[in-house]
Amino acid sequence: MKKSEKSKRAKLANLIMQAPLAVWMIAFVLAPFALLAFMSFMTKGPLGIIQYKPTIANYKEMFNPVYATVIKQSLVVAVWTTILTVLMGYPLASFIAKVKAKTSSLLTVLLMLPLWVSGLVVLYSFVILLNSSGVINSFLMSIHLIKEPLELLYNNFAIIVGMIYMFLPFAVLPMYSSIEKLDPGLIEASKDLGAGPVKTFFKVTLPLTSPGIFAAVILTFIPCIGYYMVTDMLGGGTSLMIGNLIYRQFTVSRDWPFGAALSMVLALIIFLMVFIYTKLGGDLDDLGA
Amino acid sequence: MKKKTLVNKIHKIYVILLFLFFYAPVAVMVVFSFNTSKANVVWQGFTTKWYSKLMGDSELWKIFGTTILIAVLTTVFATLIGTMGAIGYKKSKSRFAKLITNSVYFPIVIPEIVLAVAMFMIFNTAGISLGVPIIVIGNTTICLPYVYITVKSRLVGMDPSIEEASLDLGADRVYTLFHVTIPQIMPGIISGAFMAFSLSLDELIVTSFLADAGTTTLPMKVYSMMKKGVSPEINALTTIIFAVSILGVAAYLIFDAVKTHQDAKAKHKLVDL
Amino acid sequence: MSKTIVSIMNVEKMYGENHVVKNMNMNIAEGEFLTLLGPSGCGKTTTLRMISGFEMPTAGAIKVQGESVEKKEPYQRDVNTVFQNYALFPNMNVYDNVAYGLKVKKVPKKEIHERVMEALRMVQLEGFEKRRITQMSGGQKQRVAIARAIINRPKVLLLDEPLGALDLKLRKQMQIELKRLQKKLGITFIYVTHDQEEALTMSDRIAIINEGRIEQIDTPVEIYKHPKTKFVANFIGETNLLDAVVLEVNGDTAVIGTEVGKAMVQLDPKDKIAVNDGLAVSVRPEHMKFSKTPVDGFTIKGIVKENIFVGNLIKMMINLNDGTEIRVNRFDASDLSEPGELVYLYWDLPKGVVIKEKELIHTDSVKDIEGGDPDEEE
Repeated sequence: MKKSEKSKRAKLANLIMQAPLAVWMIAFVLAPFALLAFMSFMTKGPLGIIQYKPTIANYKEMFNPVYATVIKQSLVVAVWTTILTVLMGYPLASFIAKVKAKTSSLLTVLLMLPLWVSGLVVLYSFVILLNSSGVINSFLMSIHLIKEPLELLYNNFAIIVGMIYMFLPFAVLPMYSSIEKLDPGLIEASKDLGAGPVKTFFKVTLPLTSPGIFAAVILTFIPCIGYYMVTDMLGGGTSLMIGNLIYRQFTVSRDWPFGAALSMVLALIIFLMVFIYTKLGGDLDDLGA
Repeated sequence: MKKKTLVNKIHKIYVILLFLFFYAPVAVMVVFSFNTSKANVVWQGFTTKWYSKLMGDSELWKIFGTTILIAVLTTVFATLIGTMGAIGYKKSKSRFAKLITNSVYFPIVIPEIVLAVAMFMIFNTAGISLGVPIIVIGNTTICLPYVYITVKSRLVGMDPSIEEASLDLGADRVYTLFHVTIPQIMPGIISGAFMAFSLSLDELIVTSFLADAGTTTLPMKVYSMMKKGVSPEINALTTIIFAVSILGVAAYLIFDAVKTHQDAKAKHKLVDL
Repeated sequence: MSKTIVSIMNVEKMYGENHVVKNMNMNIAEGEFLTLLGPSGCGKTTTLRMISGFEMPTAGAIKVQGESVEKKEPYQRDVNTVFQNYALFPNMNVYDNVAYGLKVKKVPKKEIHERVMEALRMVQLEGFEKRRITQMSGGQKQRVAIARAIINRPKVLLLDEPLGALDLKLRKQMQIELKRLQKKLGITFIYVTHDQEEALTMSDRIAIINEGRIEQIDTPVEIYKHPKTKFVANFIGETNLLDAVVLEVNGDTAVIGTEVGKAMVQLDPKDKIAVNDGLAVSVRPEHMKFSKTPVDGFTIKGIVKENIFVGNLIKMMINLNDGTEIRVNRFDASDLSEPGELVYLYWDLPKGVVIKEKELIHTDSVKDIEGGDPDEEE
């Protein structure tokens, strides 16, 4: 009697196909992550040498007021970036969903192209654009709109502009795909039943595309916290974010356990967000394409 | 109806403005690659000297070469492993498979810095010396999920009976894989590979953590120059890469348009029996 | 009957707790056109997939040409399949699709060419070799799928609702073509469908499957004229079913009592029916008669509810006093009863098909009967 649903050979074939990915994920994702968790409970010795004595000091350290400002700064930038990205991105996503398939794929490519080529170099162009004698200030002064150059660079404004630039294209994609999946019949049904366009948007379109919006939130919020280059480049190194702080623990400060603890907290917050996202019916696949 | 066209017009203008926002820095980058000032902050005058300087800059070309090498190797590994994993996953329903899939999403959902730090520590603790091979491992880990997801979505859209038809006609699983499955998911594999390549090309965080003293990639170089100003040479190089990409996209669009036109013509002639 | 080519022996199939095929036994003869007919989810496609090797039976054996096939992979079996949605390779043109099976077997190029051309001729697709699949219509795709499946010269061709996606007119045309093709090739066809008309048109024999069991396996005429179970009577064509108890047996006729009155039926001596036995009578609408005055031996009365004119016939709906609706088809517009009128129902004795309650009980599944009545279709 044969109990298996599939033949043994079919199962073996699947195993062979999956093995490399499985091994890779265990060796280079799960194992490093386990080590990260382990390290976060170790003690920093002199000269950055790790002493294998368990402690929770690294987690307590985070409540030090010095770091409170860093966490606050991170949250302010991340929250503003996320809100603005979604608000700016949603109309774009709905536009891309509205046009012909050919045009929409062209628009998507054009949107991603600057980042594909080199996000970092393009990002540096903001320094040229925004500095006190830069393109924007020179232009505004030449038409006598302003007398003194505006402080556009090396502040939160510049950081948020840069962050939006880096993450908006990625955030648009899941919103686009959820808007595109929307059955136009539902919109028509709502209008048919007497709801105006505004009411239809808030009662039908928005709730039904909320998984895409949440995916966009995750795709903006997560990298925003960890992406230290934007802060460095456009914030002028004056303000620190959690990403910069972690980076410092492994470069200047040589405090691995504290860096690991910070990483763990960051990862946990994000896992929580992703967990809520999947519970709300979000598809993890939407985060990657 | 008038109200609707007005809304549509505003919508269109908004999208154009947004694209202006996205292409303004690109334009600045291109323009400033022709700027005489080395400081690369204020426009002084037109020159092509950065392009000629770029041609003779052996150090920059070496960095460029390293970056390309890493990106190519990353693309090969990520595409191969990600594609295999997606094909294998689609067919199995075991709990083990589910665990693996969920861990594939890890690199997407956790901030790169966290992954970079974790990998940095494990290679250090294990006493493995950093360098190009380790950077490739790091970049592959970052890119794998994207390949996996794009290939998987292509597989999900595929009629499973097409593979069964191949088996039914006497082809074994390997033959079926190469003659039926892979040709069909090729668009997914290509776009996954493309994503992996471009991600790796621009990857900084994981790369800088896993690089040894002798290895520099283009993003690392750009980042290091940031404080004293990025050299217009970099602008020149990026402009060239950008131009090549634009040409690539244009070529693809033309190719696609020609193909669609031919298909439409053939379909026109179609008569049902 | 000629020699058996496929035999299904005590086959069971479970998907977890879900019992989809229950103790199935069936012998299929060489050159036969056998149809597995049943409602969706009845297990017919699963049965087909066990023969092709895409599903493994949970228990039992399947033999093709006397040889057990459980250990064989789908690509090692001498059967080919025409899939429901054609399953053509979209990355290949028509020629390469049809040639696939031969290419796999490394048949010389010249022979491949000859055989592909022959197969395409057979399905009337000459001149379409270079076409891409996306450039073919539904009917043409269907032909390609058939050509691709027969090129390997299989012993048995399995067809899984192959005409399901075609429109009605094309489907009717393809039914006839398929039947002709089968005669010409002399291959055994095992054909899955839920369309009873299709089954009746094409098959040599039909196996009616319900909830994983074979209800009846017979020629189309037998199945239509002598359904063995209430399910079959209901599933094939329209019918009026009346549950009854035998009150009297007089030689080869019996008087039966239903909830709505008495009636008479003709008995088959083989059925060995005795007084107090339960049975059901199936009377097709075209055989159900009515009279304005009582008829000898029948006391079933009803009120005409509606007469519906549908071209070549008139459909009458007659309500019995227990609420049952009896359908009567009249080809003659004269002598109708108007709605509201009282009528007496009767039938010519040979037209009332007796379904013995015992037939409903499968020896292997007494347990299921106790749990609930599996034959209650509605």
